[in-house]
Amino acid sequence: MLKQIEGSRAVAEAIALSRPEVICAYPITPQTHIVEALGERVKSGALTGCEFINVESEFAALSVAIGASAAGARAYTATSSQGLLFMAEAVYNAAGLGLPIVMTIGNRAIGAPTNIWNDHSDSMSMRDAGWIQLYAESNQEALDLHIQAFRLAEELSCPVMVCMDGFILTHACDRVDVPTQAEVDAFLPPFEPRQALDPAEPVTIGAMVGPEAFTEVRYLAHHKQLRALSLIPELCAAFNAQFGRVSGGLIRTYRTEDAETIVVALGSVNGTVQEVVDQMRATGVKIGSVSICSFRPFPLSALRESLGHAKRVVVLEKCLAVGLGGIVSDGVRKSLSGIQLKGYTVIAGLGGRAITRASLTQLFEDAEADELEQVTFLDLNADVVAHELEREQLARRTGPTAEAILRRLGTVGSRIG
Amino acid sequence: MTQQRGGSDMQAVKFYQTGTFTVGNRLLAEDERSVQANMRRTNSLDSGHRACAGCGEALGARYAIDAAMRATDNQVIAVNATGCLEVFSTPYPETSWRVPWIHSLFGNAAAVASGVAAALRVKGRTNVRVIAQGGDGGTTDIGFGCLSGMFERNDDVLYVCYDNEACMNSGVQRTSATPPAARTATTAAIGREPGNPFRTGKNVPLIALAHGIPYVATASVANVRDLEHKMTHAMGIRGARYIHIHVPCPLGWGSLPADTIKVARLAVESGLFPLFEGAYGEITGRTPIRHRVPVSDYLRLQQRFAHLFAPQPDTARIGEIQAIADRNIAKFGLLSAPDGGTG
Repeated sequence: MLKQIEGSRAVAEAIALSRPEVICAYPITPQTHIVEALGERVKSGALTGCEFINVESEFAALSVAIGASAAGARAYTATSSQGLLFMAEAVYNAAGLGLPIVMTIGNRAIGAPTNIWNDHSDSMSMRDAGWIQLYAESNQEALDLHIQAFRLAEELSCPVMVCMDGFILTHACDRVDVPTQAEVDAFLPPFEPRQALDPAEPVTIGAMVGPEAFTEVRYLAHHKQLRALSLIPELCAAFNAQFGRVSGGLIRTYRTEDAETIVVALGSVNGTVQEVVDQMRATGVKIGSVSICSFRPFPLSALRESLGHAKRVVVLEKCLAVGLGGIVSDGVRKSLSGIQLKGYTVIAGLGGRAITRASLTQLFEDAEADELEQVTFLDLNADVVAHELEREQLARRTGPTAEAILRRLGTVGSRIG
Repeated sequence: MTQQRGGSDMQAVKFYQTGTFTVGNRLLAEDERSVQANMRRTNSLDSGHRACAGCGEALGARYAIDAAMRATDNQVIAVNATGCLEVFSTPYPETSWRVPWIHSLFGNAAAVASGVAAALRVKGRTNVRVIAQGGDGGTTDIGFGCLSGMFERNDDVLYVCYDNEACMNSGVQRTSATPPAARTATTAAIGREPGNPFRTGKNVPLIALAHGIPYVATASVANVRDLEHKMTHAMGIRGARYIHIHVPCPLGWGSLPADTIKVARLAVESGLFPLFEGAYGEITGRTPIRHRVPVSDYLRLQQRFAHLFAPQPDTARIGEIQAIADRNIAKFGLLSAPDGGTG
């Protein structure tokens, strides 16, 4: 059924349709509306067979999900930013124990300085925790990915993060097609755990493992992700066959066939990128784009296949490996090992800075002319940076950087560009 | 992960000790005996684990879980915090647990147990009961937030803390349960105030009680019948429950392995570890001291307090510790007539 609803509400619909048995929640912007909507459904009786637990922290939220999942229940939680970092230890643990928990990340920057707006620093910080990470381009895809995520997680016994851009998706009202319960039931069978805590069949879960077996355990975690490389496209096709739309998969290409310049990005910014691609194509520029949906496992072969023929690749990243540059770029370059082409990393949209069509057009034109630095910060205010660096040269006790910059900028609370 | 069968195919326990209080009571009628005296006890923490000789925590865990198993017709799932108990009982691929058991992290046992309880509730399997357990480090320090959260939600979990008064697994470092003057690896017996500072630490049983949960108790491995009574009582109640068991650690305390029960008993009889029960914020019972002893009888058996006795007795600090015991005795009425305890 078509509905005009907020992204968070759309995700809540998907979760409710997936028949979760335990949902644990701790509020953090911008994911909060999801668990609010789910709490409402459980309280009103609209969602039955489900325990909704208000916990005292994100660390507890994921820990409750770990316990529930280990006891054989389909478990779900959601978080963002600081919340994800606060549960970091449990994030690794859930993967290590092979528990198929699904968690939404309402992507948001990490402080300090405190910032509630969107970028990908939070989920990227957990990229090696052993979870599968899927990034949604739109609210429809966010809804669809959650339904796929439970099946993927449970087939592999591996937790899955569905990442959606905070505010840009979570708080945007958009048209989504919400499937029926019967349709979701046909796609997503009940959870059959590989092992569960049960007095009838006592098992010990979470034993200590020494050097004699640790490498093998970790290898099997890697192997599980490699299996996901084939399972994710299969589920995408099965979903398409049943629901009649393409959502998920490893990557999606846009006008890349004869493209000399290809832009690679994750999440909602792909919409803007595609608009700019269309606009530049209209003027004869051979440009295309690739949207990475599955960041973990990282689709090396699929990327190589779609990027290998290009002259240059521009990786647009909403995160920063401080002291290095790009995070996504590293993987993209690895996928192109041995192929000679120009690679550019562009750090954009940090802390919610708008990524505009105008900026992207200029950026891609510079790329086309090979006039980009290897690492570029899109729309960096060079004056502010130069002034701050100069100030730090002049005195020792210069005070906090963020506050000094804000003082120089003046009141700009309403400007996100 | 390893796997083994529990339940009715288990062998009867063989008792090698005779004449001990621990497994005694065999002259009593069968239904009056302690769980530990019963040769068909479940031995939930089975022999062959790698605890040190004289480990109080190993005893405490077996007493506690065996009693819970008897009280629930063997329908127990255990969630374990990181720590000695976790490490010595489950080095891969071996396990000493004859109950379904999970270890996740150091600080989240209470929350994981809440999740298990939620799963059981949603599946309609409320006959299966959940116990979370950990040492004092995993309970009073790093796991304190999750513990308090589980309490205030009144989740259907019994949390058992085996308190050996320091982080023993990592090499005897101070926790908020370490007593005043005790030497640990991070509170050296040097300087103007040797050992752990006075007027620090927290009383988690009383903090648990302040959450208004249905049941809180302290227990000691020296008093197995009292411990079993409290475990049995706790398993008969729904909601959040807490039992704090005093378990000597020969390695960390510098006491003789053979003295574990003796040391634990002296902690109780000196008044340093009061045995009490409470419910909904009120203290409802205490186990009276039978033979009161001065704290020095307890302290003297432990190398962690050696600096209080040599080169010359530190009467001031021993006196301060005695004052703590005296306050406990007065506060909990430990010398009054029995009024609900089972000591």
